[in-house]
Amino acid sequence: MTTMPDTLGKAAKALASGQISSRELVSTCIARIDAGRHLNAFVSIDAERALDAAAAADRRPPAERGPLNGLPIAIKDIFCQSGVRTTAGSRMLEHWRAPYDAAVIERLTAAGAVLLGKTNMDEFAMGSSGENSHFGATRNPWNENHVPGGSSSGSAAAVAAGMAPAALGTDTGGSIRQPAAFCGLTGLKPTYGRVSRWGMIAFASSLDQAGPMAWDAADLALLLNVMAGVDHRDSTSVDEPVPDYTASLTTSIRGLRIGLSADLLGDDVDADVRATVDASRKVFESLGATIVPVSLPTALAGVPAYYVLAPAEASANLARFDGVRFGHRCADPQSLEDLYLRSRSEGFGTEVKRRILTGTYALSVGYYDAYYLQAQKIRRLIRDEFLAAFSNVDAILAPTTPSPAFALGEKTDDPVAMYLQDVFTIPANLAGIPALSMPAGMSGGLPLGVQLLGPHFGEAKLLQLAHAFQQATDHHLRRPAGVPA
Amino acid sequence: MSQWETVIGLEVHVQLATASKIFSGAPNRFGAEPNRQASAVDLGLPGVLPVLNEAVVQMAIRFGLAVDAEIAAVTQFARKNYFYPDLPKGYQISQLDHPIVGRGHLDIIIPGKDGDTAKTVGITRAHLEEDAGKSIHDQVPGLTAVDLNRAGTPLLEIVSEPDMRSAAEAVAYLRELHAIIRDLGISDGNMNEGSMRCDANVSIRPRGEAKLGTRTEIKNLNSFRFLEKAIEFEVERQQEILEAGGRIKQETRLYDSERNETRSMRSKEEAEDYRYFPDPDLLPVTITPAQIEAVRAEMPELPRARRERFMEQHGLSGYDSRMVASDHATAAYFEACVAVAGDAKLTANWVMGELASVLNREEKDIDAAPVAPAALGRLISRIQDDTISSKIAKTVFEIMVKDGGEPDDIIEARGLRQMSDSGELERLVDSVIADNPHQVTQYRAGKTKLLGYFVGQIMKATGGKANPGQLNELLRARLDGGS
Repeated sequence: MTTMPDTLGKAAKALASGQISSRELVSTCIARIDAGRHLNAFVSIDAERALDAAAAADRRPPAERGPLNGLPIAIKDIFCQSGVRTTAGSRMLEHWRAPYDAAVIERLTAAGAVLLGKTNMDEFAMGSSGENSHFGATRNPWNENHVPGGSSSGSAAAVAAGMAPAALGTDTGGSIRQPAAFCGLTGLKPTYGRVSRWGMIAFASSLDQAGPMAWDAADLALLLNVMAGVDHRDSTSVDEPVPDYTASLTTSIRGLRIGLSADLLGDDVDADVRATVDASRKVFESLGATIVPVSLPTALAGVPAYYVLAPAEASANLARFDGVRFGHRCADPQSLEDLYLRSRSEGFGTEVKRRILTGTYALSVGYYDAYYLQAQKIRRLIRDEFLAAFSNVDAILAPTTPSPAFALGEKTDDPVAMYLQDVFTIPANLAGIPALSMPAGMSGGLPLGVQLLGPHFGEAKLLQLAHAFQQATDHHLRRPAGVPA
Repeated sequence: MSQWETVIGLEVHVQLATASKIFSGAPNRFGAEPNRQASAVDLGLPGVLPVLNEAVVQMAIRFGLAVDAEIAAVTQFARKNYFYPDLPKGYQISQLDHPIVGRGHLDIIIPGKDGDTAKTVGITRAHLEEDAGKSIHDQVPGLTAVDLNRAGTPLLEIVSEPDMRSAAEAVAYLRELHAIIRDLGISDGNMNEGSMRCDANVSIRPRGEAKLGTRTEIKNLNSFRFLEKAIEFEVERQQEILEAGGRIKQETRLYDSERNETRSMRSKEEAEDYRYFPDPDLLPVTITPAQIEAVRAEMPELPRARRERFMEQHGLSGYDSRMVASDHATAAYFEACVAVAGDAKLTANWVMGELASVLNREEKDIDAAPVAPAALGRLISRIQDDTISSKIAKTVFEIMVKDGGEPDDIIEARGLRQMSDSGELERLVDSVIADNPHQVTQYRAGKTKLLGYFVGQIMKATGGKANPGQLNELLRARLDGGS
């Protein structure tokens, strides 16, 4: 395979110097996607469309080139792309072509990015392993018998396998950070409201947030510069100035205060994970940061709260898939009820059905107070605890996952075990704060990640910390066997 | 007096007259080709998000101020979940816990045989929501068609307290509400096109009983008359059941205007659990006191104030002022007309009489009246200055309706000017007395009713143009005075 710059940063330099063309970059990506079909990272590829976009980027006069001109990026199949099949990993949308572009697609395209194709995912972003896709499970490039994590499974696998230098994911309870950790990548869930949700198929509207996945923090900064910003089509997007995340990357982290919470390092955490967090702490200390204990006593109650709130919102968000206007419709419906029952029974997979049922139950008369309202209270407590912690620290260091990537099939019969995968990632979604996962160690040949959590709109500092860490360490430079660095 | 007391509360849905829909930029207009005024948001496509149209907030505040209601400092939208083909998202964005308009009240006037009665009806709340599309069952045989043009039309749902005690009160309440929303300019209130729709909660209880009886909710009341008829039918139905020892089932009933009856739609047991919860796509809306004051500063005159002003400024009776001042279009016509005509009572009679019957005959709204208010005013002033009689004025008015034109031109061109020349009239009186000696004798013998006969003869001879007052006077003088 041709040697190719493996990060956006390197690729941008190579493009600028004329060492390589976008068309060459994109051809290499497509060849690798082709060679790695068994990983099942992509749901749809339109090579011709991508190559045309690359050629257009190559022809574009320098003055008109955006910050991502000619750079190939893989897109989680949850973002609507005009004229392109957009499935959300579901049979329900197997044949649905979106008639419009999601806000982030518009922004990436306007910045000159070349969209490679749509990546596989857990159906409607519901899953932590990539196994809940109508299009089959995605495999982890580090060990093909293991899961890549989910729900942004295909995006993580695509980058880890060298099929794309970066990808877009979405994160509702950890769907960017957990697969990033499992695949040795750096991934960022921005502050809720930082990136527009317009055109992103909703799972749980109050938690969903789009974010970038790449090898290192510098690439995340490049992508977030383009993705972030207010969008008046999304009422929950926030009109907060977007700093230049790339420019602030190299600011020294000396004197920053990093919180460490015993509440997020309980006994059930894998020994290697614990050791990785500890080693990371030492790196930060060596870089001049101060480690401060913080208290987050309610954070672990996030899992039950999340598995009430997210399904509740999902039960309404997925009601539009009724077989009437778009998506899967059962054959020969006999009545309206038959149309609804069979279209939805056939169109949705097991996990999606489980969550629709859970959510419907939680919102029902007689249960609303006990479940939905109670979960909202926990959510508020967690948010308040984080706000209190951030009055004293700049960021919080925590594990991303309780363990490294587990084997395919290992947890598919135990939904609760699967849900507990998200125990460390969920609190950030509930609090609406930004959180980043970066590779920080290995366990049994599989990568491990640590998480940095920050206050609302504190992405710049998270990226600074991760960048400083990556300048001092080489975890982010490790590649699966066979993938060139 | 019946032993039963009727208790009625109304839920009124008002379509707000905004330029675009409540959560999308699609135009908000009635009558376009099916599915041509529905955007991606209205269709509920995957990935779309609602954005609140600020205009609806202003309109709801305007309504709240008109009924002296509390305006919420923070108002929130909620999802009401149910499946139906004309509900694209599978939920309706509505409000539950924090409606934009809280408790208020509306003063109504109930017309009666023995004069008008006034009453205050409590308003429980008014909240914003989106309308659903329309299911059309009779267009494609065996199939239901869905038109989503209406989906996302802004609605203000106004809920009253169960304060009304008769169908007449309910109608008076709905009329006052109708007049107010039109005055506020927040809706055209067109009930035929569904701009204003009404559901009635009806129950009865033994007179003197404090506890409310079991109620039924009647849907599909799209005219004042249907509201009245449906309540009357429903009250009678409930009475029959209770008097036969039965019990009322809490249920939703549909009014069938063709059969004039209400029919059961679904019972309480079949009622859906809507699983309301706050809509996470829309942040709570904060309304500041300054915002409310800005709306208050631009409030138009409302029907009640206008009725009072008409009584004071124009000296109209309570009845006349209710007739011409309640509806803002009628009031505007009246005021433009009286400004030219001068005489308010006469003008009110013309607006409620001749004009109303022409509008009724031609099925036109007063906004589209075939005679402009100033022209009618000039016609009325010709009655007052004795140029024409009231009777001739009606003829002139009909010509104005049919052919247009100015009253003075018509009077001149057709020679309709009243004959007020006393010399000419005296000659006519002389000749009619000379020609009818027999009747003169009878008259003078005490059969004074014959005056009308002489008037008639002269009117016949003049084609109705003789000034009736003057003529009467002359005739009387000659007949009573002898010679």
